[in-house]
Amino acid sequence: MASEHGEEVKVLGKWSSPFSNRVVLSLKLKGVAYKYSEEDFANKSDDLLKYNPIHKKVPVLIHKGNPLPESLVIVEYIDDTWTNNPLLPQDPYERALARFWSKTLDDKILPALWNACWSDEKGRDKAVEEALEALKILQEALKDKRFFGGETIGLVDIAANFIGYWVAILQEIAGLELLTIEKFPKLYKWSQEFVNHPVIKESLPPRDKLFAFFKASASK
Amino acid sequence: MGDEVILLNFWVSPYGIRVRIALEEKGIKYENREEDVNKKSPLLLQMNPVNKTIPVLIHNGKPICESLIAVEYIDEVWNDKSPLLPSDPYQRSQARFWTNYVDTKMYEIAVKIWKSEGEEKEAAKEEFLECLKLIEEQLGDKPYFGGDNLGLLDIVLVPLICYTYTYNIYGNFINETQYPKIIAWSKRCALKETVSKCLPEEQRVKEVFSKRRQDLNK
Repeated sequence: MASEHGEEVKVLGKWSSPFSNRVVLSLKLKGVAYKYSEEDFANKSDDLLKYNPIHKKVPVLIHKGNPLPESLVIVEYIDDTWTNNPLLPQDPYERALARFWSKTLDDKILPALWNACWSDEKGRDKAVEEALEALKILQEALKDKRFFGGETIGLVDIAANFIGYWVAILQEIAGLELLTIEKFPKLYKWSQEFVNHPVIKESLPPRDKLFAFFKASASK
Repeated sequence: MGDEVILLNFWVSPYGIRVRIALEEKGIKYENREEDVNKKSPLLLQMNPVNKTIPVLIHNGKPICESLIAVEYIDEVWNDKSPLLPSDPYQRSQARFWTNYVDTKMYEIAVKIWKSEGEEKEAAKEEFLECLKLIEEQLGDKPYFGGDNLGLLDIVLVPLICYTYTYNIYGNFINETQYPKIIAWSKRCALKETVSKCLPEEQRVKEVFSKRRQDLNK
C-alpha cells in the first residue's frame, strides 16, 4: 500500500538499533510503504548530516521532504498522519499514560537494562538490582493485558521493543538472567506475544545477526 | 463542569511552572498544593509511585505525571480554547522535537553550568548559548514559538530563560545584543498575566539558589 499522501516516505536508520526499529514497526503496522537507507556511523551520509544536523543520529523520518528525528516523536507523527490502526488510545488520560510509560522506558527502564548487560564486575550487582526493579515496574504497568496497548500493539509496546527482543539477546551474551519467565511471568509472556505478532515478527532484525553484532562489541 | 484539578507542586520548580502556565492559558480553576520535597506527602507518593516527583496533575482523582505530558493532557482535554499545539501533524512534531530538545539538552546544560567550576563551567555556558542560537532561529519573526499565542515550546522555555537570563541565577552570561529575538520574546511573555502569575518572585528564587549553592559547597 503506497503512502496515502502520495509522497515518498524515507527512513534513515541502523538495522541493529531498537530506536530505528520503532519507526519501522510503526510504518509496517500502518501498512505505509517507505524507502529504507542504512546508515554507517563511521561514514555518515550526506543525507543524515542534512536531515539531522543537530543530533546526527538515526532514526530520521523524511516525509514530503520534511525531516523528523527522535524515535518517539516520529512514532507519534506517524500515528497522527496515518490514522488507520491507531497506536495511541483515543481517551486523553489513556494517552497520557501511554506517553508516561514510553518516556519512562527511555529515561529509566532501557538505560537500567542496558547498563546491567554491559556492566563490569564492580558495578554488576547494583546494575542488576536496578534492572530488575525497572522490569518490575514495567510488568506492573502491563497488568493483565495482552499488549500494553490492550488487544493491539500500541505506542508503549513499540517503545518497549528493546525489552521485548533485544534484552533476551543481550542478557544471554552478558550471562545474566533478567527477563525470565520465572522472575517476570506476565512480562515474559508479553515479550513472546510481541515477537510472534505477524507484523512485528517480520520487522525485527534477525536474531543471529544481532547476537553476532553485540557479541563482537562485547569482546572489544 | 464539576472538574477537580489539583497540582502537586514545589513553587520554585521550573517543571511546575510549565504546568501552571498551561492551566492559566486555558483558564482552568485548580488548587496548587505545595509539597515539601524533603518530606513528600502520602498523596504524592501514591500518585507518583514511579518517580515520586512533582509536578503531578490530578484531574478528578487521576494522576498525570511528567510536566510535558501533563501539558499535552491539558491541551487535549480542554480543547475549546487556546491550543498549545498546532493542528498540523508535521508542525506538531516539530513543536515536540524542539520542546524535547530544550527539556533534555538545554536543561541538562543549565544544571552543568550550575554544578561546575572554571573551564568546565565556561564550556557549558558556550554550549548553552549555541543551543539558544538554534532556538532563536525557530522563533523567527513570530511573537511566540506557538505563533500568535503561547505554545508548548514557549511553555518549556519560559522558566528556563527566566532563571538563566531574567533572574541571572547562573551569572550574567547571555548577552542581550546577541539574542535580541529571544530577549524580546522573554519580555513579551512576562507581560502576559498567565505567565507572570506563575513566575515566582526573583528574590525568593535567588535565596533558594543561594542556599543550594552553600549546600553544594559543603
